[in-house]
Amino acid sequence: MRHSGCSNLVRFENVGLRYGMGPEVLRDISFHIAPRSFQFLTGPSGSGKTTLLKLVLQQLRPTRGTITLFSRNSASITQDDLANLRRRIGIIFQDFRLLDHLTTYENVALPLRVQGKSESSYRNEVVELLRWVGLGERMHVPPIVLSGGEKQRAAIARALIVRPELLLADEPTGNVDPPLARRLLRLFVELNKLGTAIVLATHDFTLMDQFDARRIVLAEGQVHVFE
Amino acid sequence: MSSNDMSSNDGGSANRAETPQQGNAVRSRPAIRRASDPAASANREALAGILHEERAPPEPPARTGRTRHKTLLDVLKDSVPRARRRDERQTALVPEASISGRALVIVVVIMTFLASMTAGAVELIATASASWSADVTREMTIQIRPRSGRDLDADVKTASELARGVGGIDGVRPYSKEESERLLEPWLGSALPFDQMPVPRIVVLSLDPKASLPDLASLKRRLAEAVPTATLDDHRQWSARLATMAGALVLVGLTALALVLIATGLAIAFATRGAMAGTREIINVLHLVGAEDRFIADEFQRHFLMMGLRGGLIGSGLAVLAFLAAGALSSRWNATPQGEQIEALFGTFALGPRGYLAVICIAFVVAGLTAIVTRRTVYRNLRDIT
Ligand SMILES: Nc1ncnc2c1ncn2[C@@H]1O[C@H](COP(=O)(O)OP(=O)(O)OP(=O)(O)O)[C@@H](O)[C@H]1O
Ligand SMILES: [Mg+2]
Repeated sequence: MRHSGCSNLVRFENVGLRYGMGPEVLRDISFHIAPRSFQFLTGPSGSGKTTLLKLVLQQLRPTRGTITLFSRNSASITQDDLANLRRRIGIIFQDFRLLDHLTTYENVALPLRVQGKSESSYRNEVVELLRWVGLGERMHVPPIVLSGGEKQRAAIARALIVRPELLLADEPTGNVDPPLARRLLRLFVELNKLGTAIVLATHDFTLMDQFDARRIVLAEGQVHVFE
Repeated sequence: MSSNDMSSNDGGSANRAETPQQGNAVRSRPAIRRASDPAASANREALAGILHEERAPPEPPARTGRTRHKTLLDVLKDSVPRARRRDERQTALVPEASISGRALVIVVVIMTFLASMTAGAVELIATASASWSADVTREMTIQIRPRSGRDLDADVKTASELARGVGGIDGVRPYSKEESERLLEPWLGSALPFDQMPVPRIVVLSLDPKASLPDLASLKRRLAEAVPTATLDDHRQWSARLATMAGALVLVGLTALALVLIATGLAIAFATRGAMAGTREIINVLHLVGAEDRFIADEFQRHFLMMGLRGGLIGSGLAVLAFLAAGALSSRWNATPQGEQIEALFGTFALGPRGYLAVICIAFVVAGLTAIVTRRTVYRNLRDIT
């Protein structure tokens, strides 16, 4: 059905990135992310995991090299195309980036709302998802009153609401205790079985030891992939 | 270099090859929450289990147990589905109350007030000058100075007769001695013995507005022959000068109005920038979850348009109040003799319907200006952010 050569969701070729005039944070990065694949993105703190995810999201432009996203060369993507491509990606930010002036419900519904959908068309879906992540009772409070783990789950729900083809999770277990971290990992594994490609950035080795998956390791600006 | 070439080639061919594939990919998206799919719903249960294990038992049974502790209000609240209540009003994506937002409203209020006052003043001057010119040009006067050896009453009579015979003049009214003295009273007071003073006499000629101007040269000539002490004053020089001055004032006023409106636009642009700076994180998040610039601009637009309208209405409302107060004060003051003089010169301070219309128009112009300026500023800012 797919041509295996060009059906990658994401492909980096010799990508380099520097912030401003600083040193290159990433050098000559080449890797790909296949549909329905599961991979850990790992490396020590400051090795550039968040930076790499920002490149995938087109939040940053590479200083050199080529990034291909959903088979589109990133240099040729216009602002409106970009919005459409991002709607196929779910992202869980390391710092959640929930909007405090909206309720938890509205935060989770945000990706659908910005698509111009009417609230009645997605209300049940959002409420169901919130119950599903255990926030059914907390949906009408602003995220600021949620605990770290609850915020984490709200951020996850917001990433999942669009049924993404690709889920980028930046330290999604960084703010939770080990049992909840285990449960979240199982959640991502199950989602992956349902067809979502998952990139899980973490430097928690005990977490990675619990599930045998492809590892993309960043160190000193270079990437090493362990299949 | 070569790798770059290769990759861009690759990207291009992939683009072309993948266009149908993309649709395919969308269709083959994971069906986690497609409600109609029983398999998906089974999966959902399984996934829910992952999150809920090691947690307190699910709420439903607990809820029935809790019911009797609920107040009547809670029961009433619960009887309305929560989700439905949410539909009534979603929180605006741009926060309502931000300090810079308030600054924008205040800027708009002040600017609208100034613009409305200017427009009202221009309107007052224009109306007053129009009425001066109209009054003045509809009348002429013959002034007859007393001179020893001449019969003033007879001279007045002769002059009146002469004027009556001229085409284009439809009214001749000689002022009697008493009337002429009364005209001077406001300036000289009533205590003076007018009998012993050489008070000139006046014949007021009113012009037929429909007829062409009378032949003033011949009237002047004949007057000079018959009554050498008479002079004909047709006010035209005076009214021409008045018109020029009023026109200049109106022009100055309109220039001031234009400047105020330009300043308003600039102030709105700065205030918008300020208001947007505080919402940078919101804009970033909206972008990252797939919002198009147009969507974000619309959200800001709605927000700023409402602020502009509110500010515009408050500002012009204040201006209307100011004009009403000025009108009331001046009509109070006009009851005095000095007031009458002032009113004769400058007209009343009461703004006519046209003036109020102008003030209301200013409110809408400012609101429209806000809409245009904020849209442009928002778009430019969005481009800067990305
Ligand atoms: N906006 C920025 N401007 C300049 N330098 C930056 C910026 N963001 C990150 N960096 C630098 O880039 C490097 C990689 O940062 P990044 O946040 O990607 O690391 P990380 O692997 O996600 O770390 P962590 O595990 O702590 O989240 C760091 O050295 C950091 O200082
Ligand atoms: Mg990071």
